[in-house]
Amino acid sequence: MNDEAKTRRIVPIGPYHPLQEEPEFFKLIVEGETVVDLEIHIGYNHRGHEFISPELTYEQVPFLVERICGICSNSHPLACVLAIEDCAGVKPPPRANYIRSIIHELERIHSHLLWLGLAGHFIGYNTVWMWAWRYREHILQVFEMITGNRNHYAANKPGGVRWDIKPEHIPEIEAALTLIEKKTMMLTKAVLDDPVIRARLEGVGVLTREQAIAWSVVGPTARASGVDIDVRRDDPHCAYGQVPWDVIVLPEGDVFAKAKVRLLEIFESVKIIRGCIKNLPDGPIEIMIDEIPPGEGIGRTEAPRGEVFHYIRSDGSNRPLRHKIRAPSYMNIASNVVAVKGGSIADAALTLAAVDPCYCCTERMAAFEDGKMKYSSKDLLRLSWEKTEKIRERLK
Amino acid sequence: MSESLRLLLERFPQSEVFEKNPRRLYIRIPAPQLTPVAKFLHKELGMRLSICTGIDTREGFEILYHFSEDNTGIIYTLKVLVPKDEPKVESLGTWFPAALWIEREMHELLGIDFIGHPNLIPLLTSDTNWESDRHPLRRDYERRNEAHER
Repeated sequence: MNDEAKTRRIVPIGPYHPLQEEPEFFKLIVEGETVVDLEIHIGYNHRGHEFISPELTYEQVPFLVERICGICSNSHPLACVLAIEDCAGVKPPPRANYIRSIIHELERIHSHLLWLGLAGHFIGYNTVWMWAWRYREHILQVFEMITGNRNHYAANKPGGVRWDIKPEHIPEIEAALTLIEKKTMMLTKAVLDDPVIRARLEGVGVLTREQAIAWSVVGPTARASGVDIDVRRDDPHCAYGQVPWDVIVLPEGDVFAKAKVRLLEIFESVKIIRGCIKNLPDGPIEIMIDEIPPGEGIGRTEAPRGEVFHYIRSDGSNRPLRHKIRAPSYMNIASNVVAVKGGSIADAALTLAAVDPCYCCTERMAAFEDGKMKYSSKDLLRLSWEKTEKIRERLK
Repeated sequence: MSESLRLLLERFPQSEVFEKNPRRLYIRIPAPQLTPVAKFLHKELGMRLSICTGIDTREGFEILYHFSEDNTGIIYTLKVLVPKDEPKVESLGTWFPAALWIEREMHELLGIDFIGHPNLIPLLTSDTNWESDRHPLRRDYERRNEAHER
């Protein structure tokens, strides 16, 4: 090893990235090509939701928290209304519970397909990217049909849901599900059987079970590391306790396992939606909540990225006294500190993206050495693509 | 009563339990007992730290540690009250990495000191020129007529 390889350098990734929505700043500390440490800076997108929420009424708060995230825009309002309902001690009517589950699972399908597309793009499989996003479009059309919006569905309100699923919607939802199931099966086979993708992703960015527990990670990140948790099963809410489905858990902890968990979860989501449509009860879709008594309430649900947690304290007025919000990426991104250590720079972008962190990054990345640019934004993608190419050559 | 709660009360009899509903338990504990109770919940009973909430109340700063027991779906919330004139409490981050970020956030937004935290720098405003003595989630926080606050 020469002297240069032993010198520590900093490779900054972020804070701005036009591909994905959330700015974060990762400072990779590298020795040669190997990542030895990572510093994470967040807060570029801090909008003060916990500060604003106590200024709004309980009817308005779900609209506010819906805007926390553009991809899982159903998870936050759902957890929020569950917290309000816990505080008020009311239960929504059964039909509302089923509709909540259907919307929530449709969202999981579109979110997982979105991640799959981006992961494909990161390793140089642009076909996967285009296919995954093309089939995601059908789910967005279903959303538009039911709620009038492709994103930000405004589906949840304290005491029920805003949009009913009409009988004429059901054949359309079923047609979309059949298509998604068929195409996801094709994508799953294409991705899981491809020797290059396997070689590229297996053993990369491993988060062990012990690390996953110590960092309290949630969602597919935890389940791919062998931690068997899923709020939908463990703390049943909506209609999740009433339809058959399975929790996907894999022990490996690498990027490949995370991809596999997400792909297989799409089929479970399809199963849940089918079960909900089959048993969809008749009746009202909302109840009126007269007042929220003083007290506290906790609501949580399984977003595509893991457990979303909302805590609300009420003083008996029509506004919350304190509203704590915790998104799943808050726990998952922090665990990147251990997951990228020991990997190469070419794997870093992928490992950081593997927790599906509403991630931002590579575009404004630039590493300077002696006044000359060493890695530009495109170089990071190029490095990742080159590694894929090398593996492809080797496997020929 | 759940099995874990029985074990907890057996080991720490000073704990005061409020049952909101069977799956949401709130347990008030004296501040010095925080580390042993949290260690008991995480290391012996295998609970996961969901998150912590800091609240500015009349009596003082209330810190809530939400622990999730995933095989039963029960959330055990530990409540610790910290006096306002000396807002200090022991850090869990020293032995539990999951608490590192949220303790930094509470330090920043509420001005609570976490004794022993390895890196108590601001989490959300580290890249801005936000004054470190202004804590937005405190009741006495005053908005100023600055461009970014209008």
